[in-house]
Amino acid sequence: MRVALFVTCINDALRPRTGRAVVTLLERLGVAVDFPAEQTCCGQPQFNTGYRHATEPLVRRFDRAFRDYEYVVTPSGSCTAMVRDNYPRIGAKAAAEGRGPELTGIAAAAVPKTYELTEFLVDVLKVTDVGAYYPHTVTYHPTCHGLRMLGLGDRPRRLLEQVEGLELRELPGAEECCGFGGTFAVKNPAVSAAMGADKVRNVTATGAEAVCTVDNSCLLHIGGSLSRQGSPVRPVHIAEILASTEADAQAPVEADTKAPAASGTEGSPR
Amino acid sequence: MSVTYLGMPAFPEAAAASTRDPRLRANLTHATHTIRDKRAKAVTELADWGRLRAAGAAVKDRTLRHLDHYLEQLEAAVTDAGGQVHWAADAVEANRIVTRLVRATGETEVVKVKSMATQEIGLNEALAEAGIHAYETDLAELIVQLGDDLPSHILVPAIHRDRAEIRDIFRREMGHWGRPAPEGLSDSPAELAEAARLHLREKFLSAKVGISGANFMVAESGTLVVVESEGNGRMCLTLPETLISVVGIEKVVPTWRDLEVFLQLLPRSSTAERMNPYTSTWTGTTDGDGPRTFHLVLLDNGRTDTLADTVGRQALRCIRCSACLNVCPVYERAGGHAYGSPYPGPIGAILTPQLRGVEGSLEASLPYASSLCGACYEVCPVAIDIPEVLVHLRERVVEGGPVTRGGVRTVLKSAKGHAAERAAMRAAGWVFGHPRALRAGMRLTSRTRRLHPRRLPGPGRAWSDTRDLPAVPAESFRDWWRRTRGTSSGSKQRGDGE
Repeated sequence: MRVALFVTCINDALRPRTGRAVVTLLERLGVAVDFPAEQTCCGQPQFNTGYRHATEPLVRRFDRAFRDYEYVVTPSGSCTAMVRDNYPRIGAKAAAEGRGPELTGIAAAAVPKTYELTEFLVDVLKVTDVGAYYPHTVTYHPTCHGLRMLGLGDRPRRLLEQVEGLELRELPGAEECCGFGGTFAVKNPAVSAAMGADKVRNVTATGAEAVCTVDNSCLLHIGGSLSRQGSPVRPVHIAEILASTEADAQAPVEADTKAPAASGTEGSPR
Repeated sequence: MSVTYLGMPAFPEAAAASTRDPRLRANLTHATHTIRDKRAKAVTELADWGRLRAAGAAVKDRTLRHLDHYLEQLEAAVTDAGGQVHWAADAVEANRIVTRLVRATGETEVVKVKSMATQEIGLNEALAEAGIHAYETDLAELIVQLGDDLPSHILVPAIHRDRAEIRDIFRREMGHWGRPAPEGLSDSPAELAEAARLHLREKFLSAKVGISGANFMVAESGTLVVVESEGNGRMCLTLPETLISVVGIEKVVPTWRDLEVFLQLLPRSSTAERMNPYTSTWTGTTDGDGPRTFHLVLLDNGRTDTLADTVGRQALRCIRCSACLNVCPVYERAGGHAYGSPYPGPIGAILTPQLRGVEGSLEASLPYASSLCGACYEVCPVAIDIPEVLVHLRERVVEGGPVTRGGVRTVLKSAKGHAAERAAMRAAGWVFGHPRALRAGMRLTSRTRRLHPRRLPGPGRAWSDTRDLPAVPAESFRDWWRRTRGTSSGSKQRGDGE
C-alpha cells in the first residue's frame, strides 16, 4: 500500500514533529509513505476568509501533488474537511461561473481518497491498537471540523484507549469550539480569547498532563493560551502519541526547537 | 431594515465590550447551557428526528421555489375568509400600512403579540411617531420594553437579564405604563409573573386593536398560526376588534399536512417541549367570535432579493426556533445586542447581511462573527448550512460579485478596507503556488526564529495579546524529509506497494 502524506502547511512550518510522527507510525504499520514536495496548502485560510478564487490554484496544486496516489493521509481534521466539503463547492461554483471545468473532476477524485489520520487507521488499516506506549494522563479535545464536518466520532478515542500507559481524562464541554477558527482568532480577538480561556480552564480542570487533538491549528491556539498562563499542560497532536513507543519514553522529549543534528550549514543560530 | 439598531458598531467592537461584562456572560452562559441541554434531550426522544428535519427542509425549499404561487393562493384564501391582504415591499411601506390601519380605527393604543417581523421593521417606533402607543404583552418583550432596552435573543428577548434586574425594572417602570408593580415585589419568579399578569390584564381588556406576527401561514386555507408559551398572544388574537398581522412572505406553508412537520420541529428545537403549550390558528373573520376586522400585511423587506441567491436563500427556511443561538459559542460570549438586529446569533449573522445588504460596516462584519464550528448547522431543525452561507457572504464582502437589490441584478464591487488582507492573501497564494519559494521562506523563518518578536504588531496583536506565539522549529517537515529521505519525494518507496 502506497500512501501520500499531506502534511499541511501549519504542520510543515510550525509542527514538523507531527509529520515525522505520522511517517514513523505508518511505516511501523507497514505502510510505505511518500511526501510529494509539490504540495503546499489546502487553501482553507483563503476559502474561509472569503477569497474563494484564490483557492482554485491550490486545488489544482493538490491534484498535481496527489493524483498518482491511492490514498492521501492528513494529520488534520480541518484540512481533510476542506478537501471533502469545500473542494466540490469550489468546483461547482467555478463551473457556474464558466471557469475551470477541470475543478469539478479534481474534487471528485480527491474526496474519496483523502483521509484524516485516525480515519485512515480505523477505516482503511482497520487497527485501533497501533502498538503505542505513552505513560501520561491525557485529555482529548474533539476539534469542530473533525467532530462535525468529518464525523470522526469515537475513532480518536478508540485509538487512544488502546495506547499502553495512557490514562484518558474526560474533558468538560469537550464539544465546544476552542475559539481558534482560523482568521476568526484575529478578526474577533476578544470572543476568540474568551472561548480559548474557557477551553483552557476545562483542560486544566482535568488535571491531565497533556491535551491532544487531531488538529494542530486548534492546538496552537489552546497551547498558546496555556503557555501564556504558565500552565504545565502540554499540547500534543494525536499522531505524536500514537507514534510513541517505550523507547521514546526513555529518551528525552524531542523538541522541534532544537536544531537538526546533521543539518550542516543549514543549522540555526544557537 | 430596523430603525432601532442602525448605527451599531461593527460586531468585533460590540462583542469585545460584552465579553468584559461578567454579569451578562454569567446570565447568558447559564441560560444557553440550560436550554441547549434540554433541547438535546427532547430531540433524542424521537427516533425519526433526522427524517423530520429533512422533511422540514424539503417543505420549505419546495415552498420557496414556488413562493409566488403559494402567496397568491394564500391571498385568495385569506380574502375569501373575510380578511384583507396588503403587500409591503419594505419596512417603510409596512409601517405606513399598519399606521394607516390603526388610525382608521381611531385608537391610540394597541396590544402586541411578540413578533420578530415587527421588530425587524421598527414598528413600535413608527407607531410612536404617529402618536400610537404599542404595548408588548410577551413577558420577556415587556421586560425589554419597560427597561427601554433591546431584545437580545429570538425566543427569550430578555435572556441577558436576571431576576433581580427584572424586579428593579418592574418596580421602577410599571407605574408609568399602567398598573404599578405590587408593593414589596420580590425577585421570585412566581411574584414577577403575577405582577406581569396583573399589569397586562388591564391592557388586554381595554385594547381595541391587536398586532401580531405569525409563525406560519397555511396557503390552502388562508390560516395564520402563532406558537407561544404564555397565552398572552392568544388574548391579543381574540379580544380586540381589529387584528393586524405583519408576516414575512417566507412564512407560508402549502398545507396543514406540511404544518404538522413544523409543529413537531419547532417546540422541541426552541423550548425543548414535546408539544407547544399555546398554538393559535385563525382564518379570516367569524361572526361573534374574535376580531371583526382582520388585516394581513405581507412583508418582503429583502426576502425576494435573498431568494434570488442560490446559496443564501436557505436562510429563508428559518422557523426562528433559536436553537442555533443557544449552542453558539460566539453568541454565548458576545450576547445578542452585538449583532445589531432583532436576529442575533448564527442565523442573524447570515440573515441580516442578506436582508440589508453587506455594504454597511456592521453588516460586513457579521459573516465573520463565527468560528465556523458548525454547532449551529448540527442543531438547525430545517438543516440550514449556516457555515456554508457565512463563507458565501464573506466572499461577497471581500470580493463582491453578483447580488439582487430591490429585484434588480447588480454586481457588487469588492469592499474597501480589506486591501491589506487581500494583498496578504495574494502573497500567500503566490508562495503556496511555488513550493520552492515556500521552502525558502520556511528556512528563512527558521533561521531568524531567535529574532522573532513575542508580541506582534498590526492585526496580529490581537493574537499575541492573550496567547503565546508558537515557537518556530529549527527545521520544517519539508527540509527534514529532504535531509533524511532524499530530494525526490520519497521515490525510493514508489512502486513497492504491498
